[in-house]
Amino acid sequence: QEPQASGLPEYIKIVEVGPRDGLQNEKVIVPTDIKIELINQLSKTGLPAIEVTSFVSSKWVPQMADHKEVMRGIERHPGVQYPVLTPNLQGFHSAIAAGATEVSVFGSASESFSKMNINCSIEESIERFEEVTKSARNMNIPVRGYVSCALGCPYEGNVVPDKVAEVSKRLYSMGCYEISLGDTIGVGTPGSMKKMLEAVMKEIPLSALAVHCHDTYGQALANILTAMQMGVAVVDSSVAGLGGCPYAKGATGNVATEDVIYMLNGLGINTGVNLCAVMEAGNFICTALNKKTNSKVAQASFSTGTIN
Amino acid sequence: VVPTAVKINLINMLSETGLQVIEATSFVSPKWVPQMADHTEVMQGINKFPGISYPVLTPNLRGFQAAVAAGAKEVSIFGAASELFSQKNINCSIEESLERFDEVMKAAREANIPVRGYVSCVLGCPYEGKISAAKVAEVSKKMYSMGCYEISLGDTIGVGTPGSTKEMLAAVMKEVPVGALAVHCHDTYGQALANILVALQMGVSVVDASVAGLGGCPYAQGASGNVATEDLVYMLNGLGIHT
Repeated sequence: QEPQASGLPEYIKIVEVGPRDGLQNEKVIVPTDIKIELINQLSKTGLPAIEVTSFVSSKWVPQMADHKEVMRGIERHPGVQYPVLTPNLQGFHSAIAAGATEVSVFGSASESFSKMNINCSIEESIERFEEVTKSARNMNIPVRGYVSCALGCPYEGNVVPDKVAEVSKRLYSMGCYEISLGDTIGVGTPGSMKKMLEAVMKEIPLSALAVHCHDTYGQALANILTAMQMGVAVVDSSVAGLGGCPYAKGATGNVATEDVIYMLNGLGINTGVNLCAVMEAGNFICTALNKKTNSKVAQASFSTGTIN
Repeated sequence: VVPTAVKINLINMLSETGLQVIEATSFVSPKWVPQMADHTEVMQGINKFPGISYPVLTPNLRGFQAAVAAGAKEVSIFGAASELFSQKNINCSIEESLERFDEVMKAAREANIPVRGYVSCVLGCPYEGKISAAKVAEVSKKMYSMGCYEISLGDTIGVGTPGSTKEMLAAVMKEVPVGALAVHCHDTYGQALANILVALQMGVSVVDASVAGLGGCPYAQGASGNVATEDLVYMLNGLGIHT
């Protein structure tokens, strides 16, 4: 590791979304035991948070139909968080019954995306989430809030930074401990990332912010770097870059955890995560899915047999 | 091996995109680089648009003379910041390679031909591993003093990250004015755009890239190589930077 580059956070918390966001966007339905094995391998890498599954109706998301079995089947390592998505109160109760100790809710900065994705307006979705956060508060369960389309929407195009700030503030005020700002279709660039963060940072403390960048246009690492230069210290990523983009066939989706860690290691930033171990987990799931990894680091490392 | 006609077509298409500089070919012996064996035909076959520069690689005086005879108006020479890489790649030490280039520089000066200098392995070497920023600065300075109008700093195996990019540029910028610097980042580990971003933040305003990310990495089978011009332009457009 290099000595830490000035002006950047000393520690970055990586939130691994591969088992949920990643697998959800993979076409092949993954057997329950493979999902459990993936999560168990990831639990041994040093990752502090691993998004396990989604308590959503299997009608909508068949890949996550086995949410109870996965939640109950995984090893729970001390010091590791295992958040799950809960789109509504019913999902929340189901998650708690299955042993979840942290949940997430998903808002959108785009009205059209909200309607097309979850069939209701942003306002209606917020009301739904308020039921979840109320119950969660009563049970001492932390809730993470996601804001999608933070840098652009597949239907509306441009998304105004102030709208992102407004939705973020609503989620934060209702009790979300952290807001993950998602560049859902990966159209953001360092310039738009900066503008959006500036607007959001007026409403929400920096320490409660995370970025969830998609690499659909290859911009993810540059965007993450920009966010870190502004002080953001929580980054979402997906092992092996699992999860394509449902809005752009053949395009990539999530940024690869391996590539993020490579950059952070090079910058001397602490993550607590073992890159080799993540690459092994990535290799496991790619073999199981019979697909090539989307991680450039994994591609380069497995071919040379060494990690530079 | 790509047919000559396809190469010419590619370059002609690139000439219509607004790109100001397109590296056309390499006047190196076909024994070493069979892909560039048709260098004379390519050079003579492409449409030369006014305002666009078509530099070619010239590893030695003979290559330089062949390039000029074929109509080249700008050439490039390639040095290395790693002694081992220089030995393995062109069979001589850094010092010997610079002496070879001196002959090219002299001839170029007489013919009023601008010369661009490349320094490879600036952020790491496939043989030596870590490369000191001071060494990169030293080689860059030598090439600049010899008369290269621009020095392109190449992360040959793409191992650099924003931190090492920053450190290396800080050292080089003590010896060579930032206006004469370019970065040539490989995307083998997905770091290219992040590295280019910090280079821009430090004042570098010349960036090398390859259409469609052409060119894998000869040191890591299956890995990617050059950063894609399209992805670079996308980022610059998003930043409101004129290209």
